[in-house]
Amino acid sequence: MTQVANAPDRYLEELERADAAWGRGAPAWLKRTRKDASGRFQSLGFPTTDDEEWRFTSVAPIAEATFALATDGRAALRSADLAPFRLTDLASAELVFVNGRYAADLSSVRPLPRGVRIESLASRLATNASEVEPFLTRVAPFERQPFTALNTALFGDGAFVHVAAKVALDAPIHVLFVSTADGRPTMTHPRVLVVAGESSQASIVESYVGPRGDRYFTNAVTEVVVSENASVDHYKLQRESLDAYHIGTMHLIGSRNARFQSHSVSFGGSLVRNDVIAVLDGEGIDCTLNGLYLGDGQRLVDNHTVIDHAKPHCGSREVYKGILADHARAVFNGKIIVRPDAQKTDAKQTNKALLLSEDAQINTKPQLEIFANDVKCTHGAAVGQMDDEAIFYLRARGLSHDEARNLLVHAFAGDVLNRMPLEALREHVEAVLLRQLPHATSLRTRP
Amino acid sequence: MLTITNLHVRGGNREILRGINLSIDAGEVHAIMGPNGSGKSTLARVLAGHPEYEVTQGTVLYDGRDLLAMDPESRAREGVFMAFQYPVEIPGVNNAYFLKAALNALRKHRGLEELDAMEFMSLVRARMQMLDMDETLLTRPVNEGFSGGEKKRNEIFQMAVLEPRLAILDETDSGLDIDALKIVAAGVMTMRTPQRAILVVTHYQRLLNYIVPDFVHVLTDGRIVRSGGKELALELEEKGYGWLEADHVAGAPAGKA
Repeated sequence: MTQVANAPDRYLEELERADAAWGRGAPAWLKRTRKDASGRFQSLGFPTTDDEEWRFTSVAPIAEATFALATDGRAALRSADLAPFRLTDLASAELVFVNGRYAADLSSVRPLPRGVRIESLASRLATNASEVEPFLTRVAPFERQPFTALNTALFGDGAFVHVAAKVALDAPIHVLFVSTADGRPTMTHPRVLVVAGESSQASIVESYVGPRGDRYFTNAVTEVVVSENASVDHYKLQRESLDAYHIGTMHLIGSRNARFQSHSVSFGGSLVRNDVIAVLDGEGIDCTLNGLYLGDGQRLVDNHTVIDHAKPHCGSREVYKGILADHARAVFNGKIIVRPDAQKTDAKQTNKALLLSEDAQINTKPQLEIFANDVKCTHGAAVGQMDDEAIFYLRARGLSHDEARNLLVHAFAGDVLNRMPLEALREHVEAVLLRQLPHATSLRTRP
Repeated sequence: MLTITNLHVRGGNREILRGINLSIDAGEVHAIMGPNGSGKSTLARVLAGHPEYEVTQGTVLYDGRDLLAMDPESRAREGVFMAFQYPVEIPGVNNAYFLKAALNALRKHRGLEELDAMEFMSLVRARMQMLDMDETLLTRPVNEGFSGGEKKRNEIFQMAVLEPRLAILDETDSGLDIDALKIVAAGVMTMRTPQRAILVVTHYQRLLNYIVPDFVHVLTDGRIVRSGGKELALELEEKGYGWLEADHVAGAPAGKA
């Protein structure tokens, strides 16, 4: 079955309008890149299920819908709406973006160490773009990725985080993207650029959220540069409205002896695609990609990861786990590339899914492309159901059915959660997971 | 405390229990013995509320209430405890965390304050010493990687912490060496009080040397075919079950408890 593959006119209109809007004041190199990206999107169009990378995920609902570029939606947003999503106590800085635009009065930045800069990308581009020029749009290629091309052509704002060499930032930075439907379906194209200098250290949390019931489309692109010997922990908390579409692409590039971790948590959205692409472009890099996702109702969660071992002596560890209820569907595709140069690579990938209903479904595919001969690569996949005997055992000790189920789900997810270095964030995610679980109604084991 | 009347149970498309009559009072220890496949474990599991069985006839009253109408967690909260024949491994769930959740569920039901971590740990330490258990078992996932003996000991440990009114031990002796058996049995015996009833399900007489029953019932083919005092267990040890089965086939009257 194929679907219509094109870039519908309404997207082209938005591209033209954005082009005109960005004509003034933007650096020339960026204008050129945007124009290229726009052209690229127009020739690629939206992907179809004929495309191997999108085989199980139809983006027809996005391609066929009319989304207007979101305008400033702050009038529709009350401060209380944001409360459940804030990490103010935990973060050294919390940058809030409403419908893709930086909202200074909703944001808070504590005094930061010298050499740490956290700001709106739009304002950085408007004042002095020289610092972002070597990286922005260059870490995330768009030649074959229509959504990245669309974001590159249309992004209006986002976060820029720069940590200078040898600077360690203890508390995490929180970048919170809030979308609202604004009375009609809207779209935003947030952009994040993180540059960690040599031997620096930072933790970044990106949240994507929206009010319950709102239908909108988020198309986010994040670029992360981890310089030599630097350490970056990245967390993504995707808690969009359950009616929203979320496409998020993150590209990381690491240099020699860099260390980075990506923890991707995906709890919201009706159609979700998360891409994480990590390029290990130096020797001795240590890379961790973890993911936890939850699907219920008719929702679809697609996680694609690529770990590109380009140089020798790098290690990568990947654990993705999903919990699926009702008629939810999930896709996991984990590609590990070991280039001819990348001898002594040590790569390990695991993905597991827990199906809480007989109608839930996952398509999972490890993809190992190994061109070196002295490497260690392992992968494992498992799909299981709730263990009825375990449920009974727990109930026979006095736990209610829901408590028993929550305990088992928690234990299943624990594998991923326990790998998050930020304990406060882990507890936050655990609490959200357990709160959201009761949505999963059609349990096989329910009496 | 417990009155079972004419209990018929189906499981896996066949009738496993075919008219069980048994009554147990507080302070008593009853043993149910029988050959493999006689339905002993089914009886234990039905009393605990396992969903895979269907009760087709009969009643079970627990303190005058319909036990069969209660879900498994309500039975546990009302003081029914079954030590599993095959304790379930639960990866990722810390043994102490699980036991604290269970204990607090019971306490909450009884209108008692939940125990905090300190109170819980001192209770747990005392019970572990009684059963000569390695404290590291507390921090390990429930039953995961436990030896057969450790699993059985863990069951009795849970029982000692949860302090049930009706304790059902389903083949707790299987998989235990003689030293472990003595320790586990001694642990059970400390729990023998006038308020508590204990039902021991076992294939072998060996356990009953240490947990001395007041009554012994022999279950074959889904029925209690003989009941007696502790000496009945010794008789079975000597003659085996074949003697009773033959007896039963010959139409000897089934013992009634």
